[in-house]
Amino acid sequence: MLRNLPSCGKKAASVSFSGFIIPAIFAAVLIYGLFRGTDVFSEFTAGVKEGLHTVYEVFPSLFCLVVTVAAFRASGGAELLTGLLSPVLDAVGFPPECGELMLMRPFSGSGATAIYEQILKNNGPDSYAGRVSSVILGSSETTFYTLSVYFAAVKARKTRYALAAALLGDIVCAVTSTIAVRFLL
Amino acid sequence: MMKYVMTVLITAAFLFAAVSGRMDTLSSAFLEECGSAVQLAITLTGVIALWSGLMRVAQSSGLTKKLAALASPVLSKLFRGLRRSGKAMQYITLNITANILGLGNASTPFGLEAMREIEKEELSPDPQTASDNMITLTVMNTASLQLIPTTAAALRLKYGSAAPMEILPCVWISSVCTLTAALICCGICRHAGRRRRL
Repeated sequence: MLRNLPSCGKKAASVSFSGFIIPAIFAAVLIYGLFRGTDVFSEFTAGVKEGLHTVYEVFPSLFCLVVTVAAFRASGGAELLTGLLSPVLDAVGFPPECGELMLMRPFSGSGATAIYEQILKNNGPDSYAGRVSSVILGSSETTFYTLSVYFAAVKARKTRYALAAALLGDIVCAVTSTIAVRFLL
Repeated sequence: MMKYVMTVLITAAFLFAAVSGRMDTLSSAFLEECGSAVQLAITLTGVIALWSGLMRVAQSSGLTKKLAALASPVLSKLFRGLRRSGKAMQYITLNITANILGLGNASTPFGLEAMREIEKEELSPDPQTASDNMITLTVMNTASLQLIPTTAAALRLKYGSAAPMEILPCVWISSVCTLTAALICCGICRHAGRRRRL
């Protein structure tokens, strides 16, 4: 969900669809509620209050994750690791440019978008690296952000196999993105 | 889990910064980013307040119950032991719908409420441990269900792609594979966990 924050530079192409659907949902839900005899205003405000409580619950986890990830980004660790890994990535046909994107993607939506923009700028959106990175960004989510916020909402400390399953998903995502671009584009 | 993530990342950041001589950058990043974490939370507060309000209206008017009933043939296979159109199932349905439609920010408030409702419905004797259904929902949200990758398409357009949407079939294939792999992994772990308990 970080991907939709203002800094991500999301514009034009999305307006047509989302631009229509959100107001339509709002109007429809309110009209339906009124029609069914619900006090839509007091229900709405009660919901807002619950929402504030949700934020209060997840804020500490969110805060720690954001600061931690920012520190990791500032240290240049992602670039360094990608540099070390690039011969291996190149050998298996994974564009080395996308290595850093793959490392950053699970941690930070805005960080991943910044790296993605860099790839588009340097290699062009229709290059091999440009396409693979597009598919990776389009078919993945901010894994650690989701894990920390969702489990914070229920104060679950022991998350068992959640991390393993989610990270397996991220690896599968990078592999299938590369394969799909190779065979379909 | 988060204790390891945090310690590993901060230690790695320290070591990398020491190697690449960026200790000053790292040091100032701490101070600057704690502010942006608060800013992010403020943005999030607005979004969550908005959608929680609307969600509550949809819920008390019975709309979400209907939606959940529609989705329950599929979802009751993934989420075992939840009431078919109970509150938890309703929020899970909303969360997944918002994800598919790409209403990015809306899916989080729905998802968090779903987590809480699962907790209330299951009444686990060990509240510190995440239940199978909680993990399934969270893992689904770490994979992308979005039909139209709006961010990627918009940026491709911005950087002059000849066909910004040509990535769609690849994105769908990759998304489906990712989700399937993650869910199969959940299924295996769930099964293994149950066996151990018997």
